Amino acid sequence: MTHPTAVLGVPTSRPAAGSPVLTVSDLRVSFPGEAGRVHAVRGVDFTLHAGETLAVVGESGSGKSVTATAVLGLLPDDAEVSGSVRLGDRELLGLSDRRMSAIRGRDIGMVFQDPLSALTPVFSVGTQLVEALRIHQDLTAAQARERALELLDLVGIPDPRRRVDAFPHEFSGGMRQRAMIAMAIANDPEVIIADEPTTALDVTIQAQVLEVLRKAQEVTGAAILMITHDLGVVAGMADRVVVMYAGKPVETGTADELFATPRMPYTIGLLGSVPRLDAGDRTALTPIEGTPPSMVDLPAGCPFAARCPVAVDRCRTEEPALRAVTTGAAHATACHRAQEIDAPGGIPSPGMFPTPASPRRPGGLPRAERPEVLRVTNLTKHFPLLRGSVFKHRVGTVRAVDGVDFDIREGETLALVGESGCGKTTTMLQILDLAGRRAGSVAVLGKDVGRLDGRGRRELRRDLQVVFQDPMASLDSRMPVGDILAEPLRTHGWDRARIAGRVPELLRLVGLLPEHAERYPAEFSGGQRQRIGIARALALDPKLIVLDEPVSALDVSIQAGVINLLDELQAELGLSYLFIAHDLSVIRHIADRVAVMYLGRIVEAGDVEDVFARPAHPYTQALLSAVPLPDPRKERQRRRIILQGDLPSPADTPSGCRFRTRCPKYRDLAPAESGRCDTEDPAAGVLGEDHSAACHFAAALEVL
Amino acid sequence: MTTPASATGTAAPPRSRSRGALVLVRFARNRLALVGIALVVALVLLAYAVPPFLHWTYHDNDFASLDTGPGAAHWFGTTHSGQDLFALTLRGLQKSLVVGLVGGPLTTLIAAVVGASAGYFGGWTDRVLMWFLDLMLVIPAFLLLAVLSPAFQHGTWLFFVILLAAFGWMITGRVVRSMTQTLREREYVLAARYMGVHPLVVIFRHILPNAASILIIDATVQVGAIVLGETSLSYFGFGIQAPDVSLGTLIAAGTPDANTSPWLFFFPAAFLVLIGLSVAFIGDGLRDAFDPTARGAKSRRRARPAVPRSRHARTARTARNPRRKPTAAVVPAAATQEGVTP
Amino acid sequence: MGRYLLRRLGNYAILVFIAASATYFLASFTLHPDINYLSKNPRPPLHSIYTILHGYNLDPHTPVCLRYWRWLTGIVLHGDFGRTYDGASVNTELGRRVLVSTELLFVATVLGAVGGVAVGAWNALRQYRPSDRVSTILSYVLLATPVVVIAVGLRTLDTAGDGPLVQYIGMYDPKVHGTLPVVLNNLEHLVLPTLTLLLAQIPFFSRYQRSTMLDVLGSDFLRTARAKGLRRRQAVLRHGLRTAVIPVMPLVVYNVVLLFTGATFTEEIYGWHGMGEWLVDSITSNDVNAVAAVAIFTAGIVLIAGLLSDLVYAALDPRVRT
Repeated sequence: MTHPTAVLGVPTSRPAAGSPVLTVSDLRVSFPGEAGRVHAVRGVDFTLHAGETLAVVGESGSGKSVTATAVLGLLPDDAEVSGSVRLGDRELLGLSDRRMSAIRGRDIGMVFQDPLSALTPVFSVGTQLVEALRIHQDLTAAQARERALELLDLVGIPDPRRRVDAFPHEFSGGMRQRAMIAMAIANDPEVIIADEPTTALDVTIQAQVLEVLRKAQEVTGAAILMITHDLGVVAGMADRVVVMYAGKPVETGTADELFATPRMPYTIGLLGSVPRLDAGDRTALTPIEGTPPSMVDLPAGCPFAARCPVAVDRCRTEEPALRAVTTGAAHATACHRAQEIDAPGGIPSPGMFPTPASPRRPGGLPRAERPEVLRVTNLTKHFPLLRGSVFKHRVGTVRAVDGVDFDIREGETLALVGESGCGKTTTMLQILDLAGRRAGSVAVLGKDVGRLDGRGRRELRRDLQVVFQDPMASLDSRMPVGDILAEPLRTHGWDRARIAGRVPELLRLVGLLPEHAERYPAEFSGGQRQRIGIARALALDPKLIVLDEPVSALDVSIQAGVINLLDELQAELGLSYLFIAHDLSVIRHIADRVAVMYLGRIVEAGDVEDVFARPAHPYTQALLSAVPLPDPRKERQRRRIILQGDLPSPADTPSGCRFRTRCPKYRDLAPAESGRCDTEDPAAGVLGEDHSAACHFAAALEVL
Repeated sequence: MTTPASATGTAAPPRSRSRGALVLVRFARNRLALVGIALVVALVLLAYAVPPFLHWTYHDNDFASLDTGPGAAHWFGTTHSGQDLFALTLRGLQKSLVVGLVGGPLTTLIAAVVGASAGYFGGWTDRVLMWFLDLMLVIPAFLLLAVLSPAFQHGTWLFFVILLAAFGWMITGRVVRSMTQTLREREYVLAARYMGVHPLVVIFRHILPNAASILIIDATVQVGAIVLGETSLSYFGFGIQAPDVSLGTLIAAGTPDANTSPWLFFFPAAFLVLIGLSVAFIGDGLRDAFDPTARGAKSRRRARPAVPRSRHARTARTARNPRRKPTAAVVPAAATQEGVTP
Repeated sequence: MGRYLLRRLGNYAILVFIAASATYFLASFTLHPDINYLSKNPRPPLHSIYTILHGYNLDPHTPVCLRYWRWLTGIVLHGDFGRTYDGASVNTELGRRVLVSTELLFVATVLGAVGGVAVGAWNALRQYRPSDRVSTILSYVLLATPVVVIAVGLRTLDTAGDGPLVQYIGMYDPKVHGTLPVVLNNLEHLVLPTLTLLLAQIPFFSRYQRSTMLDVLGSDFLRTARAKGLRRRQAVLRHGLRTAVIPVMPLVVYNVVLLFTGATFTEEIYGWHGMGEWLVDSITSNDVNAVAAVAIFTAGIVLIAGLLSDLVYAALDPRVRT
């Protein structure tokens, strides 16, 4: 590794650590919208000090990204901006594009959310990096290219000399984000703004990229303004936190204070609604009821009042200002009742939001005696790998699913978990197709679907239903909700009268009102739409529901309610779930059993408690250790296993054990032992009553 | 059952205008589109309601005034044989309007059925239909229509419209196909499929209604294309035959004398331009009304937890904005501008 | 890759074969080359008419399948497209007319493409400003105006004064002699047809370019380019235009190639004897072999246009190459 200062060239005079580099005061932004003016940001104040990391946290629509874009002066022309943004002692608001351009990229570097769309698709990564350098520095093409190589090396792109001329689409998501970071630090900025920098990435890649971001900060000494919705990331990265709600900061403070003693009911609710990997038993989550207010015409008073369990009359008439919790303290909150929270005789924060009772599960039979609802045996699905969209030609075979076995018993939830590209979605689609060319067998309710005729498959579809990930995409926006719920019933021959009776029943079952049947999906919030999707799946009283990432598109405060609903429905109706997910924390809350997939195979499977407490496969261990915990203290103490590199292409699986190319254990093995991993594909070894792992050297390791 | 969510349910979801109403509102806000609608209505009224009240019919000859310019007796002047050009033009306008208004939607219908079937079923259905589509593209339509014209000289104009439509659907067919391919993977379509809904029902209940915006816009564009196609053929004597007239035959008859008796050429030509213009205004207004991103400055909705979801976000975006799809698939019938259906 | 290309070309050959054969049969049934002789005054003796036509493989008394077979073998074995009704070689006529069309179209297409892209991009940058609105209305009007109207309109404008400002009938004035004067005269004759084609093409391409440009203006990568410190104009030109031109270029290529048989009105009205004019003339003169040759040429051109536009697309967009 090259020395940092050599990489970044000219040492610039840096502000002393701790002095303010970016001061935002009373920032307000509004846009013209279809229904009226949208007041996206309504008075934001914060100060970013040299060398620190400040996180701006909020759910969608809270105005956090608009704030970041406003600081850079990149809002669309029709946005109205007022207030002040000062870099050092220079006012940035109102600067001309020419002056602002001299600051962007030099004093402020920016990392965007989706690195694929954020890089120009037709220029190589090197070209774009060289451009970033030459805008602000007087370098020859050759010098700039050398710098670019050094920067790519710094952010951990392997073999930069070969990769520098690659195009963005030839990079993986993680590598693209590394390239973005290289661009952001190319001119040694004082401030790096990172807008949801890891949201589009898998957890293991997220861990790598956060590492790179920390390193970039170390090298440049820059202050980081981090925009995110992920409280785990905040806990791991931030020194200080600003929580935003409805376009305004509602609580600020150091990360420790904020996570340990939150004083604003919204923050308390948010922290309570996050599913935690380190939580104990399966307990119900605490949702925040309701939805954020419309930013077009906000009601008077505290914008959170409608969802707040401790709101009083004053909250509905007067909007609270952000005030220090105790005089002079950095911890401030915008709540009329902040002083009463956790004060002696006041409002205790635990239990402030009502947590529903955990549904009582029928005691039931032991697993082995319950009937099998789904059995998948040696399921294999390969696709041709095609190249080129103009001259399409086959260049290989993608082994998307390569020999998968599992079963689901009545009344239980199996979570199929893995990173994108591991084959979990293909597995799901193969099961749902009930037909299709593939190897292996799928048996639903004891019937091998390969042997069914068209009629038999139709019959079986009553018992097998699906809920998709995106509540926006899974409901036809042109049909009223009543028709959407009636579709499965009509398809399976229900008459009008029975349908008319069933639809209101279904709506009530998922916590909606019968009169909602007349409305269109667009009139509902994300969480409500997902409830409609669940109601549709329940219409025919199925036995097994496949849930494809059902909560990953939802904000945490909404997500909790949907998870609780799924839990209750299962207890009440005796359903079995196949739960496809990438979020291990959610799985811990909903699943009985878990199967971890890697490159088309299940590498570890078993009882959730067992697998999470004593993961035995090195991949499971890495996956669990990569999940950030919403607890700064724990995050700081954790030893993290960071996987090297990206997921290999499923078209080119390594010989022997497929995980060995990234396996931390493999690297520590003696050559005599590791030879076995090179040549021999490990079979699933039984580790406990319900726990198996496919590793030659499986050994439990506590990682949480 | 007491769901913890019941409160979420009772919190009334924001009442918003239905999608159809929203499209109408946006359309009405587009002044050009309203001008287009008004123009079409005016043209239809002019073509059908006015002729009965005129002194001259299109087949009368006023031998007292041969080849005279516009005046009080003959508003648009007369031809060499003394026919009233105003009456002739309205007659031609009738023909062009009916050809366009029947042929445009017909073209789109063929494109929708073929494109959606190819895209939804894929496999061999797709291959056969696409091969047929390529063949239709390769067959020189103008040549074929022209060659066929003597054989059907005594047939009706309706037959001509059908032929024009038969050679005009291919480009849209490709667009519908590629849209269907993305719609097919949309979750609500998957959901219907996994419910056991019949494929044809899926196409008509979910696929085509969701491609409706494109189809409606296309139908308006095709109206213009068909009118121009008919005009071109008639201009060269392969379309509408005497004694009937269309704007094309009138323009053709006026071309040699455009310098000496300009009214013979430019009055029919002006009406042709008016048809094209009004249709284009309507089509563009619809495009803006259907596509919420058309106004440009709207802040983009960011797909947040994008891990496995970027797939959906991207397909959604492509489907919403098929104009963006590059490839030859969208290459529109530009050659129609230069007169011939390609 | 090579195999893929071969398969595609093979498929093309089949398509062209079917299209050409269908046209040949249709033309043979509906067109009557003998009319050209029968309507002559004085009329030549019947048997000599049919002897002549027999020599051109146009004799209606020969079974159509036999005529087709001769025609087909002539093309496949000797590359010979046969004779026109008056005995000229179709090959020679085809070659001559392709050259005429090429001269007519070269300047017009290059200027049309460049102009269309430039106008479209410029409009997108000034969306909803007066210049964009004026340009939008103007392009609507031009797009709605059939080429024949543009051509005749320009012609009328040209002669509105005392005499024509520029000459326009044919490729050049046959009365002019000497190399340089002929070239200059030729160029003068190019002015009006080129202007006609430009007025038809620029609005079309510019509308398309404007819309792709607007799509790109809101893109994330343009925001990144500006976040790096590029000014708005620099970012738009370097990153935006380069990307927005990708979907437009295949369209341009496709249309330029198709124009070879599509400039019918322009050629008719300005008296250029190119391919577009032949498309109409071959039918009106009942010239079966010429019609069939035009059909093959048109079919071939559609396919070449498709292939070329795909290649251009691949050349411009690295995402498609790999």
